[in-house]
Amino acid sequence: MYATQRNKLIGLLYLAPAVLFVLVFTAYPLSQMLWMSLHNWSIIEPAKWVGFGNYVKAWNDRQFWTSLGFTLKYTLLLTPILMVGGYLLALLVSRNTPLRKFTRAVTFVPVVIGLGVSSLLWYWLFNYNFGLVNRFLVDLGIIARPLVWFGEDADRALWAVIVSIVWKVLGFGMLLYVAAIQGIHPETTEAAMVDGASYWQRIRMITLPLTYRTILLVTLVSVIGSLLAFDQFYLMTAGQPFNRTATSVFWIYLNSFPYLKLGYGAALSLILALIILACTIVQMTLTRRSHA
Amino acid sequence: MSAGVAFARDLTRPTAPTLAARLWRSRSTYLAGAVCMAVSAVMLAPLVLSVSASLKTTEEASAIPPTYLTHLLSLSSYGRLWAYQEGLPTYLFNSGAVAFLAIAFCLILSIPAGYALARFPIPGREFFFVFLLLALIIPYQALLTPIFFMFASLKLTNTLVGLAIVHTTIQLPFSVYIMRNSFEAVPRELEEAAFIDGCSTWQVLLRILLPAIRAAIVTVALFAFITSWNEFLGALVMMNKGTAFTLPLILSNARQETSIGGTDWGMLQAGITISIVPCVLFYLLLQKYYVSGFLSGAVK
Repeated sequence: MYATQRNKLIGLLYLAPAVLFVLVFTAYPLSQMLWMSLHNWSIIEPAKWVGFGNYVKAWNDRQFWTSLGFTLKYTLLLTPILMVGGYLLALLVSRNTPLRKFTRAVTFVPVVIGLGVSSLLWYWLFNYNFGLVNRFLVDLGIIARPLVWFGEDADRALWAVIVSIVWKVLGFGMLLYVAAIQGIHPETTEAAMVDGASYWQRIRMITLPLTYRTILLVTLVSVIGSLLAFDQFYLMTAGQPFNRTATSVFWIYLNSFPYLKLGYGAALSLILALIILACTIVQMTLTRRSHA
Repeated sequence: MSAGVAFARDLTRPTAPTLAARLWRSRSTYLAGAVCMAVSAVMLAPLVLSVSASLKTTEEASAIPPTYLTHLLSLSSYGRLWAYQEGLPTYLFNSGAVAFLAIAFCLILSIPAGYALARFPIPGREFFFVFLLLALIIPYQALLTPIFFMFASLKLTNTLVGLAIVHTTIQLPFSVYIMRNSFEAVPRELEEAAFIDGCSTWQVLLRILLPAIRAAIVTVALFAFITSWNEFLGALVMMNKGTAFTLPLILSNARQETSIGGTDWGMLQAGITISIVPCVLFYLLLQKYYVSGFLSGAVK
């Protein structure tokens, strides 16, 4: 009933606003980013062509490598926690009892609040004098005196941020895993039970393989989210000590905005976008292979 | 474990578990229940502590060591937040207006696009669909540098519309995806009768399809709200005038407060509480839409 010549045109008209919007606010900035990255570009002075100068500069920029390395470290520490922790939690709460439904709902609440707000909340909890984490650990006798969480020790700051992020996003993976586990045919599990398979055997032989694609998805989301981390470090560590906890996006932000080196910021952005793209392609390939 | 064992049993009636197995099972049931409660407590604790800290008196909020739960209820932190810099109403208005505009943009763009992609014989339809999902592959964090430059020349920095546009670019792919799927799920018989009666596609969209995709509209609006209300980096880049700050920005400023006395912890918690309340409220009220949108959006 829609298959007329006239409807081809009408359909394009319905589609046009969204396509124009993406052209203007996504595709054009993308090409602009490429163009800017080949220039010395600031708002005040006219742009000056530098070819691949900005990329050479990035290659020789110690802070760029420090930031990239720190971001990778954060990603590699956080992702396994979210993958395994989320999965264990999902196994615990996947049945539909009132208590489990409640636990699910509560675990998901931090996911819907803002990352900026949750970072500020944990910044307070981890504060040296006024934070309840120190108070709690002292009361339990785990530490003798309060710890400086966001100070000289970059690793300690990193772990404090990781704790806050696990709290914030654990529910994300959990919910996806629960949906995947509930999607497994009950007969499959029952058959294995009748065969006398123990609980952990059933998890290993049935649940894990059948939720493989969801595991890949949670991993990808966690990897990409961590590679793009900004709010939590800007608000909790402010990159201190000495920019050692400044992530890649943080370094882009500093160059583009406070320093207004837009060309260099664009080059760094492009490098980051390519890294993200590579991760996405790896994940898509793995997912496609799991179909076969 | 072999098939032989299974075969020997009566499959229709599970064998009665031994006493030991029953005890073991009930013990692990209690254990699982206890773990569930512990997890819930850990997840809720930071929120409860923050709300409680926002209700402390000024003296208690700056006590060393801090108290866990407030001893007295006081709204003084909220009072200070109300009058902080440009005043809370300004920031609430900015955050609310940006979120409202982002919701409006997402709906206005994604409803016709979803309709077109689901029903019309457009040449290169799949190409357009993938193109609209482009922003999913390119992180907006990377695009902020060129967008900032573009907005600076268009005089869109420090405007609510400008920030709403940034939030729409983040949220549009998801919105289009949800809309296309829900238009496809509407049975075509509904439209056929209307076309026979001589309705135009526009009338069909407004009168027949929009009521049929109510759930998708709620989902798209809900996610646009959550994204926009909470977004930090884009706002930090686009807004540098105090009068244009959104809620997360002014709280970030309050954290960096360097005046005498340093950070006002009670006020910071009051701000956090106010930021969290609408998100949690919408989540609890619209949990069904949230979970289904979340699952269908994540699987793409």
